[in-house]
Amino acid sequence: MSLMAVGLSLIFGVMRVVNFAHGDMMVWGMYLAWLLASRLGIDPYLGFVACAAALFVLGLAIQRGLVDRIVDAPHEMQILLMLGVALILENTALLVFGPEPVRVRSPLAAATWYVGPLYVDVARLLTFAVAMALTVALYAFLFHTDLGRSIRAAADNPYGALVIGTDVRRVYAVAFGIGAACVGAAGALTAPIVPFSPSLGLSASVASFNIVIIGGLGSLLGAFIGGLLVSVAESLGAVFLSPSLKELVSFSLLILILLFRPAGLFGKRAP
Amino acid sequence: MKWIGAVAATAVALVLPAVLGPYPLAIAINVLFFAYLGQAWNIIGGYAGQLSAGHAVFVGVGGYATAVLAAETGLTPWVGMFVGAALAGALGGVIGYLGFRFGLRGFYFVLLTVAFAEVCRIVVSNWERVGGAVGLYITFTGDPRRLSFQDDRAWYYVALCLLLLATAVAWAVERRRFGIYLTAIREDEVACEALGVDTLRYKLLAMVLSSFLTGLAGAFYAYRYSSLQPNAVFGIPLSVEIIIRPIVGGAGTLLGPLVGSLILTPLGELSRALFGQGGWHGAHLVMYGVLLVAVVLFVPQGVVPWLRDLLRRKPA
Repeated sequence: MSLMAVGLSLIFGVMRVVNFAHGDMMVWGMYLAWLLASRLGIDPYLGFVACAAALFVLGLAIQRGLVDRIVDAPHEMQILLMLGVALILENTALLVFGPEPVRVRSPLAAATWYVGPLYVDVARLLTFAVAMALTVALYAFLFHTDLGRSIRAAADNPYGALVIGTDVRRVYAVAFGIGAACVGAAGALTAPIVPFSPSLGLSASVASFNIVIIGGLGSLLGAFIGGLLVSVAESLGAVFLSPSLKELVSFSLLILILLFRPAGLFGKRAP
Repeated sequence: MKWIGAVAATAVALVLPAVLGPYPLAIAINVLFFAYLGQAWNIIGGYAGQLSAGHAVFVGVGGYATAVLAAETGLTPWVGMFVGAALAGALGGVIGYLGFRFGLRGFYFVLLTVAFAEVCRIVVSNWERVGGAVGLYITFTGDPRRLSFQDDRAWYYVALCLLLLATAVAWAVERRRFGIYLTAIREDEVACEALGVDTLRYKLLAMVLSSFLTGLAGAFYAYRYSSLQPNAVFGIPLSVEIIIRPIVGGAGTLLGPLVGSLILTPLGELSRALFGQGGWHGAHLVMYGVLLVAVVLFVPQGVVPWLRDLLRRKPA
């Protein structure tokens, strides 16, 4: 969940483009993992690399083919454009894979470790560990490589970056690709944990917006912590209220954050 | 010239049911109904440029209020729909006040409206008194006094009346200072404020008006389709259906919602009929998506302004 939000935050933070198709990209990542697992027998914990690569290409294509043309247009137009992309992605998935939920079987998913009185689901643990590792890797990439630095430069000041010779368009495309790759990996990694269907996309998008806003748009650390925060709040809500009300908690949280701290808990810029 | 066009179009619309078969008539009703919803949205989303992406919530509130009042107190839906619309308007006022008062714009306002719609959907889904997740079913009575008609032609005229009402309201808004304020807010809110326009007040008014009209549609939805399900009437897909028509037709234009609905509703129905049987659900939504992308890339103003420009450039 957090990894997904990190991807979204990257896309928004760098380009000020709100990716409404985010959840649907994740669903595609999940289905790719499912295809790899069921047709080729590749475990999703290895297959996520391929999913990330595929989504990277998709993200690059969307950026180059569509978003690039209207990057200077009003915000509303971008929201609508991405909404259109989301509709296409979600319903193409529906056409190709059908509405029934599917589940990826991983031999690891069934395993459980007992640690004293607690039992730990290996699949969840593994997903969490890989997501953590990817987030750290992304962080390192953004802060310690040239390309990462130019992404951050383009985010801070596109004009300035252009002046000093950065190919801003290329940087944008790469950033969108990486954001999409993150969400593709996130999809592949969560595929063994939860059953999924194409209709998951929209609620996943909303959930990730939720996390990103709570953590602060454009702040990667915020996105990660926001992800943890929302997950914990939802679990607590499920325990103390009722399981069907857990979403209510995160949406109420979202409304409160929007009203009182729209820059999020860790965001630096006010909207 | 404009008047002649309007009168002629209304006249055609009035006699249309006489020549349409049952299936085209059903499509025509949907064309009018979604044009009405689009027009209601247009006031806040088009003229004022505040992208409310959770407009389905007002359909839901209006529909539920009407149906619950009818079931528990026996109040006729003809009165109940105005109670429902008033409630929807009040909710619109609350959402608008919170959003505008705290200065949420663009994407943040979109999220706020979606969040409110989702909160309402979840609350209603868990509220057993109003049917919970299963929703409410309205027994078909065929009694016009209970907003139920044997004949689809009656529904057609109800939908037509709604659309004429909304269009008249939008027209009145457009002609007045109010409409000019709204357009000015859309174009440059800061400049507008600097000139002393009370932007909060006008945005709020537009929001209340828009949500009131959308709430009226709730009763129509409930009784026409004889059911209210939280996921259907509060969900994001219905909000998308509401928004997409005026956007394609031309947001902030009087004819945009109708033109958008004339294009999209039959296309949607057609692809549903063509692909729905083979289990190809969602084909019409893929098409909506493609259209939305195409409109944003090629005719960002919408079809109506584009046609207007085309006609102006080549005077026939």
